[in-house]
Amino acid sequence: MSVNFAHEIDERRPAGTDQVVLQVEGLKVYYATPTGDVRAVDDVTFQIREGEIVGLVGESGCGKTTTAMAILRLVQSPGRIVDGRILVDDVDIARLNERELRQIRWTKISLIPQGAMNSLNPVMRIKDQIGDAIETHEGRQPRQALKERILSLLSTVGLPSRVYKMYPHELSGGMKQRVCIAMAIALNPTLVIADEPTSALDVVVQRVVGETLLDVKNRLGVSMILIGHDMGLMAQLVDRIAVMYAGHLVELADVYSLFREPLHPYTQLLIDSIPSIKERKPLKLTEGITHDLRNPPPGCIFQLRCPHVTDKCRTVVPPLLEVAPSREVACHLYYDA
Amino acid sequence: MSQPLLQIEKVTKIYGGGFLKRGPVTVALQNLNLTIQQKPAEIITIAGESGSGKTTLANLVLGFITPTSGHIRYLGQDVAQMDKEELKKYRREVQAVFQDPYAVYNPFYRVKHVFDLAIKNFNLARNRQEARDQIEEALTVVGMRGEEVLEKYPHQLSGGQRQRIMIARAYLLKPRLIVADEPVSMVDASLRAMILDIMLRLRDEYGISFLYITHDLSTAYQIGDKIYLLYQGTVAERGDTVEVIDHPKHPYVQLLIDSIPVPDPTIRWGSRATTIDDEEMRVSVESGCRFYPRCDQRMDRCLESHPPLYQVGPGEHQAACFLYEDQPLAQVPEDNLAKERIPAAD
Amino acid sequence: MSVSTETVTAPAVRTAGLNRWDSPWLNTKFLVGLSMLLAVVLIGVVGPFFWDTTLARVASSPLNLPPAWVETDLPGIGKPTWEHPLGTESNGRDMLAVLIVGTPRSLRVGLIAAGVGMLVGVILGFSAGFMGGWVDNVIRTLSDSVITIPSLAVLIVISAYVRTVSVENMALLLAIFAWPGPTRLLRSQVLSMRERGYVQMARLSGASTFAIMFKEILPNLLPYLASSFTGNVSAAILAATGLEALGLGPTRIPTLGMTIFYALRAAAILRGMWWWWGFPIAALIIIFTSLFLITIGLDEIANPRLRGVKA
Repeated sequence: MSVNFAHEIDERRPAGTDQVVLQVEGLKVYYATPTGDVRAVDDVTFQIREGEIVGLVGESGCGKTTTAMAILRLVQSPGRIVDGRILVDDVDIARLNERELRQIRWTKISLIPQGAMNSLNPVMRIKDQIGDAIETHEGRQPRQALKERILSLLSTVGLPSRVYKMYPHELSGGMKQRVCIAMAIALNPTLVIADEPTSALDVVVQRVVGETLLDVKNRLGVSMILIGHDMGLMAQLVDRIAVMYAGHLVELADVYSLFREPLHPYTQLLIDSIPSIKERKPLKLTEGITHDLRNPPPGCIFQLRCPHVTDKCRTVVPPLLEVAPSREVACHLYYDA
Repeated sequence: MSQPLLQIEKVTKIYGGGFLKRGPVTVALQNLNLTIQQKPAEIITIAGESGSGKTTLANLVLGFITPTSGHIRYLGQDVAQMDKEELKKYRREVQAVFQDPYAVYNPFYRVKHVFDLAIKNFNLARNRQEARDQIEEALTVVGMRGEEVLEKYPHQLSGGQRQRIMIARAYLLKPRLIVADEPVSMVDASLRAMILDIMLRLRDEYGISFLYITHDLSTAYQIGDKIYLLYQGTVAERGDTVEVIDHPKHPYVQLLIDSIPVPDPTIRWGSRATTIDDEEMRVSVESGCRFYPRCDQRMDRCLESHPPLYQVGPGEHQAACFLYEDQPLAQVPEDNLAKERIPAAD
Repeated sequence: MSVSTETVTAPAVRTAGLNRWDSPWLNTKFLVGLSMLLAVVLIGVVGPFFWDTTLARVASSPLNLPPAWVETDLPGIGKPTWEHPLGTESNGRDMLAVLIVGTPRSLRVGLIAAGVGMLVGVILGFSAGFMGGWVDNVIRTLSDSVITIPSLAVLIVISAYVRTVSVENMALLLAIFAWPGPTRLLRSQVLSMRERGYVQMARLSGASTFAIMFKEILPNLLPYLASSFTGNVSAAILAATGLEALGLGPTRIPTLGMTIFYALRAAAILRGMWWWWGFPIAALIIIFTSLFLITIGLDEIANPRLRGVKA
């Protein structure tokens, strides 16, 4: 007889308001190589609304991290933003220069990069690292006010106040990651981008960090983009999911519909291959991205692996269209004649 | 009854401490027992979080470190007392696949170097052609061709390819046991199934057993035959994989399984997980259940001595928890953890 | 089941080894330094074919001639001539010949001293780092002790006693003090590489300790060794020149340092004979600069993180 912890069946509250905090249109990021441009992100369009968490999933090489970097204008040579608009508060940040960007970064959009917990400065106390982040953007702060602010941040992420003067090596992985979350929300941004925030953590700690993220979202109303490849985690945390394949956005839907009825063949493949802990089934073998990112096939990006491919798919690129309320998909199978 | 393939007998490994050293003492493993039979070939999962001792166990089995106390016996022989010849044989028959598919390759050499090393040191082939044939055969088992990969440098291949080549290398030596330490955790999610499938085939078609070390219970559920769940150096629960994961008995294992995010948005994580913020390092070989500080079903009894393994389900399903004190003690004598035998209730 | 790894559309492009990183060998500092050094070496190698090196001997040329393009009225200085384009000095040596003969000597000293030092350093450093235990303790204690000995003072004393010193002997003397540095550096490099995945893999494949040290770890340290080597060459040449400038170098054959010594002893500065000490110093500057550039260039090649962000 197994012990059942209370599993609630819970239709999540609809996310925030309809206010759009980030609009990405036609984003293209290419990397120059001696043999041609690698199309890391190819014509991606989506929006993030206030107070929602959007998950960005896809296999390695699909362009999800590049998209996040591009939004923050952190793409380094030989990569560059070739086309597209990134609108925050009606300002196209793709056109801003470095000085103007510094006012957007961290104050409007912040980032928890991959492996953030290992990038904490080992010789600085936590209070100094968070204080640094605040003072870099807001100028010098009065000591007492700064201390109180840091302590309140720590408590928002569920850390005890003694962490204030500890060093990173004295903290566990989960605690370090929560410090990074605290740094990301320190300046009250409207959007936080978290790139694989739990990938190196144990299952139980992952749950704590995941619940911290949810808590932060609920309390502060901040929007989030959560990048990862663990579909189970996505199901627990996000409101909407965007699925990417080889630089293209192939499906964008609210999380319930996506899991209940995935439309795009690639999404179906992804969901099918999630290893289950409920039943043993034969392993579904997949191959990863099979084409050369410098030379994508004409037409649909997924044609080489799609079980339902048609001639039209081989020549015409399917646009991302809304085929039902809150369900967008880029696949010829779903367009009405 | 024939010898078990591998027998880990009351093995304890303690780091630090000892004469003259005053540093912190870490008990990585305490009184661990584990047996792998020769037949049938099985995939034995060692599951646990960081700090559970699973990596220490892998290093012990591979002979990189020696136990502080206890014995590791391979086909009846104590590994610590093997002579050079026997050690060489042990090395060959117990191979490994590691977690990081990047670090295991020497960036200076082409990929075929990993095969050449093995062939040369174990004298597997008499000439170049024989060697090449063996390499081709090994690569075919993992679904690759020599001409595609052998002449490349490691950085030119994907993580999945590198890991498969490592498995091919292990297979080349025709081992009886492969220690796979988190073989898929650094491989992209879409390529993992391929590697797990290779492991299954090696077990079924070539009779190779695996010690599959991981923290990911979902993959363990898919391919493991038996499972040992470690918590801070001791076995919390063990048994048939499906049985243990479907019906966990030990509170730690229940917490673990409950924390696995289910890919169904209508089923959420349950009540809040408890975790201690200070990782209370295992300071010494003290008595008492290790999970006591985090357990929501703890009793005073749990502080007195470390619970032995009790039979809590069919087959070899056993859990080390005083909640099951009424159950019979684990049958197999060498699996008994308690220092003093608790007499069975009359 | 074979999964094809070929690209489906464009023909597969073969990226050879280092192409991906825009060939790190095309490092500016490295190449500039290398060309400078080659120029210097060339002078020493090709020079004798174009110029009579016997003119470097004492009393082989008219005394005190300035370089050919200099007009001067200084007392005691002769008339410039193109037969001695760089001038001559008070002992009757032709400066150009001195440069041609002396420069390779200085380089040789550096090469031998650094070479021997590095060789010892590799053997001891690797053994200490890899084998650990008492071997490590012994080697470490030894190298730490030698490092604390003030090398210049000891060398001066030794050189003062040993009257005739040849270039090779000087190099060996310097090597006595050159080995601890490389030993310690390599030891720490080996310590950090010892735990790498591929070292464990090699152990699992049954490789012996020796084979692991020299076939697995050493090849990966080559760029590091190379830059360490050029650094040591530079230090050795400096030490040798320092000793020579004090008059403790080889006396029969001219080297750059000894030339400076003679110049100082003959009060060349007061007499305005700048070409006597000027040209050797210029040659030394070029040598040191080139070695420095090569060293940091190699450092950047070996450690991609130092390369900096390119536009």
